[in-house]
Amino acid sequence: MTSRPGSAVWFAHHESRLAWRDWLAMLTAGRRQRLWKVAIGVGVFMLVMHAVAYSLVGRFAAAPADKPMLVAITASLLLSWLLMVSQAMESMTRAFYSRADLDLILASPVAAHKLFAVRIATVALAVAVMALPLALPFIDTLVVRGGPRWIGAYGVIVAMGAAAGALAVALTVALFRVLGPKRTRLVAQIVAAVIGAAFVIGLQVAAILSYGTLSRSDVLQSDAVLAITPGVDSIFWWPARAALGEGQALAAVLALSFILLGAAIALIAPRFGGYAIAASGVANSTVSRARQPTGFRPTSPRRALRQKEWTLLRRDPWLVSQTLMQMLYLVPPALMLWRSFASGGGTFNLLVPVLVMAAGQLAGGLAWLTISGEDAPDLVATAPVDPRFVLRAKIEAVLGAIAVVFTPLVAVLAVASPWHALVTGCGIVGAAVSATAVQLWFRTQAKRSQFRRRQVSSRVATFAEAFSSIAWAATAAVAAIDLWLGIVPGLIALLLVACAWLISPRERAI
Amino acid sequence: MPNPTPPAPLALAVRGLVKRFERPAVDGLDLAVRAGEFYALLGPNGAGKTTTLRMIAGLMRPDAGSICVAGIDALADPVAAKRVMAWISDEPMIYDKLTPREYLEFVAGLWGVEPALAEDRAHELLNWLGLVAQANERCESFSKGMRQKVALAGALVHEPRVIILDEPLTGLDAGSAREVKTVLRERTRAGGTIIMTTHILEVAERMADRIGVIAHGKLVAEGTLAELRLQAGEKTDASASLEDTFLALVAEQAQAA
Repeated sequence: MTSRPGSAVWFAHHESRLAWRDWLAMLTAGRRQRLWKVAIGVGVFMLVMHAVAYSLVGRFAAAPADKPMLVAITASLLLSWLLMVSQAMESMTRAFYSRADLDLILASPVAAHKLFAVRIATVALAVAVMALPLALPFIDTLVVRGGPRWIGAYGVIVAMGAAAGALAVALTVALFRVLGPKRTRLVAQIVAAVIGAAFVIGLQVAAILSYGTLSRSDVLQSDAVLAITPGVDSIFWWPARAALGEGQALAAVLALSFILLGAAIALIAPRFGGYAIAASGVANSTVSRARQPTGFRPTSPRRALRQKEWTLLRRDPWLVSQTLMQMLYLVPPALMLWRSFASGGGTFNLLVPVLVMAAGQLAGGLAWLTISGEDAPDLVATAPVDPRFVLRAKIEAVLGAIAVVFTPLVAVLAVASPWHALVTGCGIVGAAVSATAVQLWFRTQAKRSQFRRRQVSSRVATFAEAFSSIAWAATAAVAAIDLWLGIVPGLIALLLVACAWLISPRERAI
Repeated sequence: MPNPTPPAPLALAVRGLVKRFERPAVDGLDLAVRAGEFYALLGPNGAGKTTTLRMIAGLMRPDAGSICVAGIDALADPVAAKRVMAWISDEPMIYDKLTPREYLEFVAGLWGVEPALAEDRAHELLNWLGLVAQANERCESFSKGMRQKVALAGALVHEPRVIILDEPLTGLDAGSAREVKTVLRERTRAGGTIIMTTHILEVAERMADRIGVIAHGKLVAEGTLAELRLQAGEKTDASASLEDTFLALVAEQAQAA
């Protein structure tokens, strides 16, 4: 059966085909023959996740729907929902600012608002679908251990996706109207990052201030929280009750979410084209001036390359939001450091892996931007500079940036505990060098603007970078307690990096 | 009897150049361009023009053959060859987040130009290309023409002896195209050598000293327009345009293939 061209169903078919092919290309890096490997990888991942879920939530499956249970479920749902809103906001901002097929759609004699309605709905659907692989093992475990009542949790995921899509589009449009198209992109990215991180960080801060630990459950199950939350019959718990399989609550939550999404679509879809045109015109109307220039500075090719990389990193909008998020995640450890320093406690061991992990993650992103994300590859390749010097300069730029970010933190730690500062410093060097090396071995040629899709180029590189950061964080954490015990995870970290080198592509163009 | 003027030295000498992908893209190509010459390389899509230029610029290694730029063996000493060359493609190689001035400072740094000299040249080029007012604005807001002019300024800031251009006028408006052509003409007057591919035959006809026609990776004809007409034979007459001549030469090659 074919739908009428120009109808919402026809557009939905068109969008779903594009989304499916895009998703497939992302998973297989554009090589269809990799599909079976991806399928095996996803299968293994789901098995591992089921094992993890079984150990984490299995014992709660048959628990009664009392207040502590409702608080725990609601907090988990709220955390997941905020992450969904964050993801939906990012997708919505991208939809606004990408010109893509806009000219074709608006120049055609179809009712464009139908397509835009489909696009808004697709964002909502996409965040729900993306949440499923993570939620599925937990819900499956609860269904197996606690009975079919937990099946309602799947419905809650769908409702959360719809509500997240509605809020994301409303927030993005509100920013657009208040700040204008010029500033919205950056602010929306930052708001998305803050929304995603704020809840978990807020809970950690509360836990640290109240109990001196990083545990969020200590706060959620505390008498104070249980006392101030509404009674068990309140509609506040309907999402949690819906997840627990109460039919009435599930119907209400689903209905409310779809009403919200429907209202957002009805209000915004007819104006979407205008917003997108305003957003896509920003590049042509925005003029950013540099500071009053001084004279050309004496420089060598290597220094010129380093300087260029640092200037571009400073002016990178992705990096601004990403660094802000990194800084937000460093708030709880910093608070912990402050409390431990004040009370003379011995909790520095918790800080060490957090800092090392953050350094590895940041170095991986910076390394991709500087090594693979070269906007003028031909210019650099035709310069009279040995390609090895070019790479060396880029690596220096990455490690220099990491040093600038983490040296002050390590210096503060050194005042409180020189030993922990030394271990942290070594861990940061290990994690940053490993992440940079992985990005170097798996380098590709791409535009900086393609950063969001860097994982597409090599899943192996993505996993190698993540696992080496985790391994270095573990090494530093163990070494902070006992230096000799740190040898084993340290060797594992080195082994991971060596494996990445062995399977990296060897052939390089000149 | 006065001695005849000795021929200008070769700025570019290519011998037996070969590059194969799934099929031969460049197939035993020979090319000789004299210093101070404006040489246009024409050919249908997929003829091997861009591949040839990318190999000369050091962006791609040939499977066989030799490339000599201003007397330097570009395959044996690519860094020395790159020092006297500049490369411009149809897609301007600039950074959105840098200003034209910062971009020129970066390029001058890469080529090791002395800062004071580079600054003077940058100012002169920006002035020449009508970019002084935008010198401190980031390139992200620039039109295609402005971006191409920034790239051209970058290519000239280190005073290259050989400039290689791959379709530099694609997508430019008439005003920008004229400015670029003026700058290129000035460079050849100053002794620079230009090797350019273009699909705009009128540009080749009006600007080039010599034109090479490439098809299936081979040079099928070369010379001035008059010489090309002769090589095209009976299919063209003495008043034939370059377009007629080019199409006749390419058709002849296609029949032969």
